[in-house]
Amino acid sequence: MPEQQKTIEIEVLRYNPETDQVPYAQVFAVPFTDDMSVLQGVQYIKDYLDGSLSFRWSCRMAICGSCGMMINGEPSLSCQTFLRDYYPERVRVEALAHFPIERDLVINMEGFIEKLESIQPYIIPKEARTLAQGEYLQTPAQLNAYEQFSSCINCLLCYAACPQFGLNKDFVGPAALTLLHRYNMDSRDGGQAERMQLVNAEEGVFNCTAVGYCSEVCPKHVDPANAVNLNKTNSAMDYFLRFLAPKGGTK
Amino acid sequence: MEIFKADVVIVGGGGAGLRAAIAVAESDPALRIALVSKVYPMRSHTVAAEGGAAGVKLPSDSLDYHFSDTVGGGDWLCEQDVVEYFVARCSAELTQLEHWGCPWSRTADGQVNVRAFGGMKIERTWFAADKTGFHMLHTLFQTSIKYPSIKRFDEHFCVDLVVEEGRAQGVVTIEIASGEFTLIEAGSVIIATGGAGRVFRENTNGGVVTGDGMALAYRHGVPLRDMEFVQYHPTCMPGTGLLFTEACRGEGGFLVNKDGYRYLQDYGLGPAEPTPRNKAMELGPRDRLSQAFWYEQQKGRTIEGPHGSVVYLDLRHLGEAKLRERLPQIYELAEQYLGVDPAKAPIPVRPAVHYTMGGILVDGLCSSPLPGLYAAGECSSVGIHGANRLGSNSLSELLVFGKVAGEEAARFAKSVAPGNTASLHKQAQAVEQRVLGLKTKTGGSERIATLRKEMAQTMEDGCGIYRLAETMQKTCDKLDELKARFRNVNVEDKSSVWNTEWLLAIELEYQLDVAQSMAHSALQRRESRGAHQRLDGFEQRDDANFLKHSQAHYVADGPPRIDYGPVKITKSPPGTRAYGAAGEKAERERKASHA
Ligand SMILES: Cc1cc2nc3c(=O)[nH]c(=O)nc-3n(C[C@H](O)[C@H](O)[C@H](O)COP(=O)(O)OP(=O)(O)OC[C@H]3O[C@@H](n4cnc5c(N)ncnc54)[C@H](O)[C@@H]3O)c2cc1C
Ligand code: SF4
Ligand code: FES
Repeated sequence: MPEQQKTIEIEVLRYNPETDQVPYAQVFAVPFTDDMSVLQGVQYIKDYLDGSLSFRWSCRMAICGSCGMMINGEPSLSCQTFLRDYYPERVRVEALAHFPIERDLVINMEGFIEKLESIQPYIIPKEARTLAQGEYLQTPAQLNAYEQFSSCINCLLCYAACPQFGLNKDFVGPAALTLLHRYNMDSRDGGQAERMQLVNAEEGVFNCTAVGYCSEVCPKHVDPANAVNLNKTNSAMDYFLRFLAPKGGTK
Repeated sequence: MEIFKADVVIVGGGGAGLRAAIAVAESDPALRIALVSKVYPMRSHTVAAEGGAAGVKLPSDSLDYHFSDTVGGGDWLCEQDVVEYFVARCSAELTQLEHWGCPWSRTADGQVNVRAFGGMKIERTWFAADKTGFHMLHTLFQTSIKYPSIKRFDEHFCVDLVVEEGRAQGVVTIEIASGEFTLIEAGSVIIATGGAGRVFRENTNGGVVTGDGMALAYRHGVPLRDMEFVQYHPTCMPGTGLLFTEACRGEGGFLVNKDGYRYLQDYGLGPAEPTPRNKAMELGPRDRLSQAFWYEQQKGRTIEGPHGSVVYLDLRHLGEAKLRERLPQIYELAEQYLGVDPAKAPIPVRPAVHYTMGGILVDGLCSSPLPGLYAAGECSSVGIHGANRLGSNSLSELLVFGKVAGEEAARFAKSVAPGNTASLHKQAQAVEQRVLGLKTKTGGSERIATLRKEMAQTMEDGCGIYRLAETMQKTCDKLDELKARFRNVNVEDKSSVWNTEWLLAIELEYQLDVAQSMAHSALQRRESRGAHQRLDGFEQRDDANFLKHSQAHYVADGPPRIDYGPVKITKSPPGTRAYGAAGEKAERERKASHA
């Protein structure tokens, strides 16, 4: 079967903090078939060429958010990016940009987790309801108001794409701000006033210079740029109202 | 070694583990909870569930119907008292998740919508588009952040339990980023580590689904129950095994063979009608559909593709608009991974391993025979799935029994005196030495990937959709060989930081134990029931001899010992599993005889 004899070169950025001063590139030749994802290529390397290569992955179907990498310089999910789109050229994979590298293709994402925890990403009920009272009613239109923003898989591609985050690691950033917006827009939620303090703070939305690359790379069409910009409007409104109402006036 | 003192430690940050953590926190905010997960919780495989979660919702539905569908679907190998408890609590738990923000799909008037699912008589599957598991998991994870008593150990890999004075008193973990060991002491331990589908070759499971918790409990003497029952899902992507949810068929998709013929009508599931009918045709149960595929293949009526035989999942008649609204993820999977536009062309599919019905033996309160050890979710066998799980029952199971496990483990932790740190520590150090040994030893020659591949292949050969004594025996022998070869495994990577090769070796050892429990339980069940179907003289269900649960007991350096436990029957004596028109007739007769 001639198909199976084709190979593709994968160049991987390697780094092991225990032995390497700086990251370096290493090239592997991997058997190529038409339906292989970049993740499968990297897995082949680990299984048969170099067991010490480290990377995160799990679902293989673009939903767990583990497998983000820079692929030829673009933030991508490696399970959803296919080698056929590069073949016969060499393809280059590196850890996601703007994050500290822990090892090889594994980044440190603690900072993001802290941001996510900080925005109160849960329903703060507008009105309490017992289980016996059943579900909150929410029309398809009300669902639609936030559904897109609830589809974020925390893959962090948008952070790797965001020039502002590149400059300022404290910027809350696209995905966390989108999640904040998601809860604010939920008809069941009444926590907007609390959350908006974070948006208005120094590291909130006004850091964003509306480049929009985050939305372009988002594999789930969450459109974080849109969420951030909607919050700029909300935030400006808040800022304005503060002068009129002494208590902060978010309502 | 670090020591962390908790009241309850939970291993697993998927749906079951998170629900358990919240239950502990709500039952007593003073309890310290350690939530250990080898991946960030939102990466857990619950994230991949597409279709939905079962809970009685419509006025035309009833708890009795849900009970009957579940028990019949499980081919009467269910613990009926546990099923009764389960069906009565599903909707409340799903409503709880609604209160926590889960974006359930809605009807026009704002109520939660429900869809049809295989083997379910009435629409009762709550769904969030076709990303139900994703939304449930993120809702639970984000809600868990509210509770300060939940201390997460993200990306910590559990390597053993510590058992003292006959009860589970904690776990030993490796911090993946540093390779450092931690002893987490606790009054009780909950295992919620998910299934073990990756012991098979083609499967729908994520890389993390390696049966770790099952192996841990098993090695400490807790039996694994009903392990021979492994569910094949009929509609998966050839090659990768990625899933096309049953909701495709719930929404009206057809399964056709190479002649464009809806072949399920030839297997007692008909008649074929243009729109979906519950418990018939494409909405029959998974075991039957996967078996029908096998027969079509034998008859030469499948299509040959690069990754084996396939049939077609045809969604074209549903139209692009409906597909985009109801099955957006499926649409993208087909487009991106297969280059197929499902509105224009049928999707090639074949069965792949999907779900582990069996697991850690626990009672209806999630308590295992080892005091202080609880289990919930796919790793457990609480008794609701029997010989074949119904789609959408397991997501509800995570909630209902995650909560039970949390409450029970909290109660137990409060009832026991703190453990003896010195002796627990000593045990943990022995564990550390053993586990480090796997990495530091030199001279091994077996590649992890080779052993893993051979294991997955032999499981498919011997424990696939249809089974024969001869091939099952071969699989058992092969697993013995692989276990022996594992002693000679080579971990090239000797470093501490993010040494995933070392972790893969540990996982492989877990998998070999779990695979053995499956193969031996299968070999010894000399009948056909649910997902366990034989073609070697045991084609029928045999209630006289096998209406009982298998229990695999770990034996160091040898095959497991299999014995059997009774099945609890409360109100549904074993009947015939019939679907389609035959099923409806059987039900009419059953009703008439009760009237
Ligand atoms: C593709 C797919 C679709 C599905 N669709 C549906 C559906 O529509 N409806 C339905 O009801 N069911 C569905 N299921 C089944 C259902 O999703 C699973 O049974 C369920 O999500 C399992 O949840 P869990 O919490 O038990 O385990 P998981 O979500 O798998 O979580 C396991 C957790 O354990 C942790 N863990 C494991 N080992 C270790 C270790 N050694 N150390 C530390 N942590 C560890 C992992 O990190 C993870 O956090 C589907 C399954 C698949 C694969
Ligand atoms: S917004 Fe999109 S790119 Fe950013 S983390 Fe979420 S899914 Fe990934
Ligand atoms: S492996 Fe889960 S998103 Fe790629």
